[in-house]
This record gives sequence, structure tokens and C-alpha cells, in this order.
Amino acid sequence: MWDILEWAAWAVSAAIFLWMVYDAWQVSQKYSEDTLISSREGVDELVEKKGS
Amino acid sequence: MADQAIGQSRPQAINLLKVLGPVHVWALGVGIVLVGEFMGWNYAVGKGGALGCLIAMWVIGLLYTCVAMIDSEITSTVAAAGGQYAQAKHTIGPLMAFNVGLYLVFAYTMLEAGDVQVVGYLVQIGAGDLTGSAPTNWQPWVLLSLMILAWLNYRGVFMTLTVNFWITFIAFLSIIVLFIGVEPWNPGKILLHKDLLTDLPYGWLGVLAALHFAIWFYLGIEGTCQAAEEVRSPGRALPLGTITGIITLLIAAGLTWYVAVGLLPWEYVGWDLELAPLYDVAKISGSKFLHIFLFIGTLFSAIASANGCINDASRAWFSMGRDRYLPVWFAAVHPKYRTPFRSIIFLIPIAIIFALYVPLAQVITFSILSGLLNYTFMPINMWKFRRKWPLGTIIRGFEHPFHPLPAAVLLALCIATFFAVYLGYGHQLLAMMLFYIVASIWFVVFRYKYVRRADQFTMPWPRPQGY
Repeated sequence: MWDILEWAAWAVSAAIFLWMVYDAWQVSQKYSEDTLISSREGVDELVEKKGS
Repeated sequence: MADQAIGQSRPQAINLLKVLGPVHVWALGVGIVLVGEFMGWNYAVGKGGALGCLIAMWVIGLLYTCVAMIDSEITSTVAAAGGQYAQAKHTIGPLMAFNVGLYLVFAYTMLEAGDVQVVGYLVQIGAGDLTGSAPTNWQPWVLLSLMILAWLNYRGVFMTLTVNFWITFIAFLSIIVLFIGVEPWNPGKILLHKDLLTDLPYGWLGVLAALHFAIWFYLGIEGTCQAAEEVRSPGRALPLGTITGIITLLIAAGLTWYVAVGLLPWEYVGWDLELAPLYDVAKISGSKFLHIFLFIGTLFSAIASANGCINDASRAWFSMGRDRYLPVWFAAVHPKYRTPFRSIIFLIPIAIIFALYVPLAQVITFSILSGLLNYTFMPINMWKFRRKWPLGTIIRGFEHPFHPLPAAVLLALCIATFFAVYLGYGHQLLAMMLFYIVASIWFVVFRYKYVRRADQFTMPWPRPQGY
């Protein structure tokens, strides 16, 4: 039984990894690079309060 | 926002989601560390005996309390992913920040590799103990656990850390239940401290050597800072999550030591070939419930640690990419899940290679050394932070007391611990230092020219004093 479970573990692992790579590739095709790397460092709400 | 496709002008920013609260911060910090209560710390008993380990546990507990206090103050103000990397960028400079970023990525990726390796071994050990038949190979379980956790991280930070909260809570609960199960109010019945505790077998040098492995009790609590950009209220959630986290760990460390050395001879605890001393204690307690519950607790602690490490390593890598310390390609945020998806995927094969091909002790030593280098940076960071922006010049979510005492104590304890590591792993320590020196040269000569210098300083603070 463990042999089957081990093969299943290999297969599920490969499937998950391939799904992530495929999704990442799809996202990179659909969105521009400028959009994907557009994030900016967060600002603490304490600082925002002080500035307002 | 997520609909911004190729061809459209003026892309809106896709940022990491601010969805986390103090509970998630606690789950991240304690989740990464708690596995150290289930295994690894016991080698400190091998170095210094049971009482030597207790002393080392207190000393290193003090080191990490200083870490938690310092981190809580600075990160409550520097609300950016990357944690100590972002702090270094603001308080010291690019070269320090680059090194700190690498310390973080290595510390967490190596710990993650060690954690999933442990998961693989535990599946074998637990299946053999509880069902009578065990799988032949541990590798499939290493890979499966790593992939499921990576997938969870890829799909979103809220679910990742909510899961981490529950499995960490169950693991912590298993320690409490074990403590109650061995009837500490009835000394001599199950717990035999009077018979088992000895003097310091290797004297005070053994206690010093034990500092290296006592780090396991707390290694990774500083990981709470990596959540800074994704918490709803950094000024409140980060100090609250970090301080309650270190308190939880100090309690868990005390209970763990008390139970383990009260049931097993120090020679066995110190060189435990069965990997997990608390699980061994549960096995010999005679209770099937404790046996099963501690297996679950041990397994969950390793999974929670790997989960938190994937989160933290990817945030540090992502932040360095965003500042162009690394290729900016790594700074991409998933438009739907709002996670640093390329950084998560990129670090998976590295963790797999270390998990499958490098012995556990080596992997963990790499992690500890990188962690120690990070802690050594913290006192310098704190001094610079308070000198450049004294109290009152910027709003802090938390102000730690007695400055500069915690920073001075932290620096002194880091030096003592480096010496302890040098006693046992001198070659690895020197190799690691060499690696960071070579990496620094690469950064200065080949990489820094790509960094947009004016963009690095992102916090809207006043000009620092003296500038």
C-alpha cells in the first residue's frame, strides 16, 4: 500500500508544481510587466495620521 | 485593478494585501519556531547536560527577548515587507541591507528545507509506530508537504497564516497536554528529576557550547517582521504578535525542558537518535492518547515552520527584487492572489535540493548561522535608529524600554554564541562568512549600478539628525 501512496505523493507534488508554473506563466502573458511589478512599499497608518 | 492588461496605459499599483491581524503575526512567529521545542534543542543537553541546557535556554531566551523588543519598535515604524532588510535599508545603507536580505532568505529557506526533511522522517517513524508498517522512502513526503505549503502560500497570505495559526495552536496545546499528562504536581510518580538531574558534566565550557543548540528554542521569532506590509495595523499588530510570541515560546521552552529531562536520562536526550524527544516522552508515558497527540503535535510544528518560512523567504526575496538589489522580475505581485508569486516559485527548487540532498544538521547549521548574523546586525540597527530618529521625532507603534541596554546585551550574547558555534562548527561558520563576503563584492561591483538610489528610502520620515 505504501508503494502506491508514495507514487501518489510524487504525482500530486508534480501536479501542484506544474499548476503554479502554468498559472505564473499565464499571469505573465495576460498582464504587462509594469503592472505586475507596480507594488510600492507599505506605509504605516500611524505615519499617515501624523501626515494628515 | 486586477483587470489591467497589456495595452492599457497607466497601470494601477498591485500591492500585497493588508489583511493580517495580531493573531496571524503570532502564528507566523511562533509557527516558524515551535518545531524547535519538539526537536533540535536536545543537542544542547548533549553539550552541557540537563542543567547546562537550562542555563543556555535562559541565556538565549534573554537574547531573543532583546530581539523581539528591538524588532517590535523598529518594524512597527518601518511597515515594509522584507522586515530587517527594509530596516537596514533605512537605518544603515544598501550594502548592509543586501547582506541582511541574504541572511533572511538563507535562514528561512534552510529552515524550511530542514522542516520538510523532518516531515518526511516523521511520516516514516509515525507510520511505523502507530500502524506497524512504514513507507520505504521519506522523500515523497518531503516533496508533497513542500508543494502543498508552497501552493497555499501562492494562493494568498490570509489563508496561509490562518492555517498556520490552527496547526501551531494544536502543536502548542500538545506540549501543554503532555505537561499535564505527566502529573507535575506529583514529583517522583512519573517525573524523576531527583534521580535524573546531574551536575554540569562538561563544566561551564559545556554550558557555553550548549548556547548553539539552545537557539532552537526560539530561532525564527524575528520572522514576524516579514508580515509588516500585509498587516492591517503594523503599529499595533506587529509588537503585539511578536511580544506574545516570545512569551509563548519562553513558556513552551520551559515546559519542554522540564518534561523531557524529568523522564529521560540526559545522555539519551542529548543524543536522541529518534529525532524528537517530546514524542519519545509521550511514547514511554504509557498513554496511547499522548503518543498519538504528540505525533500530531510534532508533525504540525514542522509543517507550520515550513509554511512560515516559505512566507518569509519569499517576502525578503521579493523586497530585494523590488529595490533592484536582485532582478526586478522577482518583484511581481499576483494580480488575483496578491502574493509575490515568482519569488515563491523560484525558491521552491532550492529548498527541495537542500531538503533531499543535504543532511539535517548541516541544513539547520546554515540556518542558525544566517540567523545569528542577522541578530548581530540588530543592535547596530537599533543604535542607529534611535540616534537618527530619537523618540518624539517619528511616531512609533512600540517604544522598548531601557535603551541601550537590550542592544548591548544582545550584542554581547551574539558574540558568546558565535564562539559557541565556532567550537562545534568552525568550518561552516568561516565558509558562511566567506560566502557573504563574496556576495557583497558581487553586489558592489556588479549589481548596485542597477539600484535606483533615491527610491530606496520609502518611509515619510523627517531628515535624520546629523544629516
